[in-house]
Amino acid sequence: MKIAVLLTMVPDLVEELEIDASGTALDAQWLRYVISESDDHALEQALLLKDRHGASVTALALDYGDVEQTLFTALAKGADAAVKITPMPEGGPRRREAAAVFAEILRRQSADLVLTGVQAINDLDGHLPGLLGGLLDLPYVGVTRSVEVAAAGGVIVQKEYPGGVVAEISVPLPAVIGVISAPQPPRYVPVARIREVMKTRSISAEAAPELGAQPAPAIRRMFKPEPAGQATMLSGGTEQAAQELAAILDSRGLLR
Amino acid sequence: MSTPSQDVWVRVEHAAGTVAPQTYELLGKGRDLARELGGRLVAVLLGHHVAALTQTLGAADVVLCVDDERLGSFTPDAHARTIQALMEEAIPRLLLCGATSAGTDLAALLAGLVSVPMVVNVRGIQVDGTRVLATSQLCGGKLLCETELGESAILTVLAGAFPAEAGIVRRVPPVETMAPPKAIEQTRAQVLRLIEPSGEDVDITRVPILVAVGRGIQRKENLPLVEDLAALLGGAVCASRPVIDQGWLPLSRQVGKSGMIVKPSLYLALGISGAPEHLEGMRNAEMIVAVNTDAGAPIFNVAHYGIVGDMFEVIPALVAHLTRRKAA
Repeated sequence: MKIAVLLTMVPDLVEELEIDASGTALDAQWLRYVISESDDHALEQALLLKDRHGASVTALALDYGDVEQTLFTALAKGADAAVKITPMPEGGPRRREAAAVFAEILRRQSADLVLTGVQAINDLDGHLPGLLGGLLDLPYVGVTRSVEVAAAGGVIVQKEYPGGVVAEISVPLPAVIGVISAPQPPRYVPVARIREVMKTRSISAEAAPELGAQPAPAIRRMFKPEPAGQATMLSGGTEQAAQELAAILDSRGLLR
Repeated sequence: MSTPSQDVWVRVEHAAGTVAPQTYELLGKGRDLARELGGRLVAVLLGHHVAALTQTLGAADVVLCVDDERLGSFTPDAHARTIQALMEEAIPRLLLCGATSAGTDLAALLAGLVSVPMVVNVRGIQVDGTRVLATSQLCGGKLLCETELGESAILTVLAGAFPAEAGIVRRVPPVETMAPPKAIEQTRAQVLRLIEPSGEDVDITRVPILVAVGRGIQRKENLPLVEDLAALLGGAVCASRPVIDQGWLPLSRQVGKSGMIVKPSLYLALGISGAPEHLEGMRNAEMIVAVNTDAGAPIFNVAHYGIVGDMFEVIPALVAHLTRRKAA
């Protein structure tokens, strides 16, 4: 089975987010990018399928942010190949364009199973796997917590519904799956191993296809929300705040 | 595809014979939008044996219903392809879907199939003359984005964005029953079974005091600190998604979009930033107290009381004061 895992770089929320001079985008100068969390789970899911069934795993990513580090990490974790799609605008394209780019690349290098995170924190004009399923006209299921190879062919996924309910769904291949989490946390790989892989393996580059304009909403402005101001902040240091909170809980009859 | 109309469509989300509460939020907002745009409010109801549900959709000018065995259990394929076929007949100005597990899947797949622009995680929609503007959340609620929508758009809307009352109207709406489209025969994914949450663990939807932990807990070894606090308060520990994904607590303790929706008397959120997916599960708690090192964390926007501080310092201090008060 050939598995393509699509890895997306997203802003690291640990850093302060700044809006650029246009007022319609994040200021890329101050951004640090990290792999999207659910994409990391998608990679783990792919590697689990490789461990169990001998699938070949290719990690693909668009060329912005520190994408090489992410792709070398994927190789160090066990991916068989890594592909960088280049060039890309600084900060990467919007999701709709990203879906169109990946769709074109996947038409060139077909895969039995396309795995990627069901959503990313900076999704605005769509979620990658669903859009991709539509553009490629493939079966699509998202918000999955496990993907298993079915004895009768295809895969069986567990999709989360609200209220802790999980649906088991059979999906014929080829298909696109949007992963929310893998059955186990993404594996850890030591930095020394990544450095070794950087010396011994390489990332191949694939030319980004020329695409026409994609259907998209027009961004008028991006801004930070005003604090709702609802919370009464307990200040004066940890000790005083804790004392005040204990008193509040007591006065509300919450201590029994 | 047909020419866009000024109609507003609302996807009706339902499970086990009941319409999801958020659908009424969308119907209420949809009613205002349709009036302002001069179109109709259309409730789009897909499923099997769903006729009885139409009577609960009185806010809609009309219910567009497709009832078929293959739509009985939700798969993005069958549902998106059915709405795609409905759009061949009439394309709405807006299609509103809840930003739920099913709504998110369906909307993104449909947007890819029909080449209509999409905006996700919307929390505000405004009509300004002939223009429609949407405000959506990004980066875990740390940013908002205002977009202008074109002649047609698909939106996923966050739960709690609009009041539900306006969407609850006691009236039996006209129903247009449509035949399942041919496209549904092409749908390939099939639901094999539904797995209900196991009843072995504590049911956090019934516990009046919840002590919730997020990424800030850092390590599984830190959980006893929180468990002790929960025990002192007579409550239970629950968590946001990252803690569950690490396998530190069972799925039955997850609060949020695909976890449990809880409404306890007290929700003590420790080291939880307040991503929209989590807020969806707890924003209606009677009293929310948040402790976070980041003063800008979105959790403080829904909390009643907040402490900017390190949970590992706040918890021992709080435990000491609570113990003293209980002893008094």
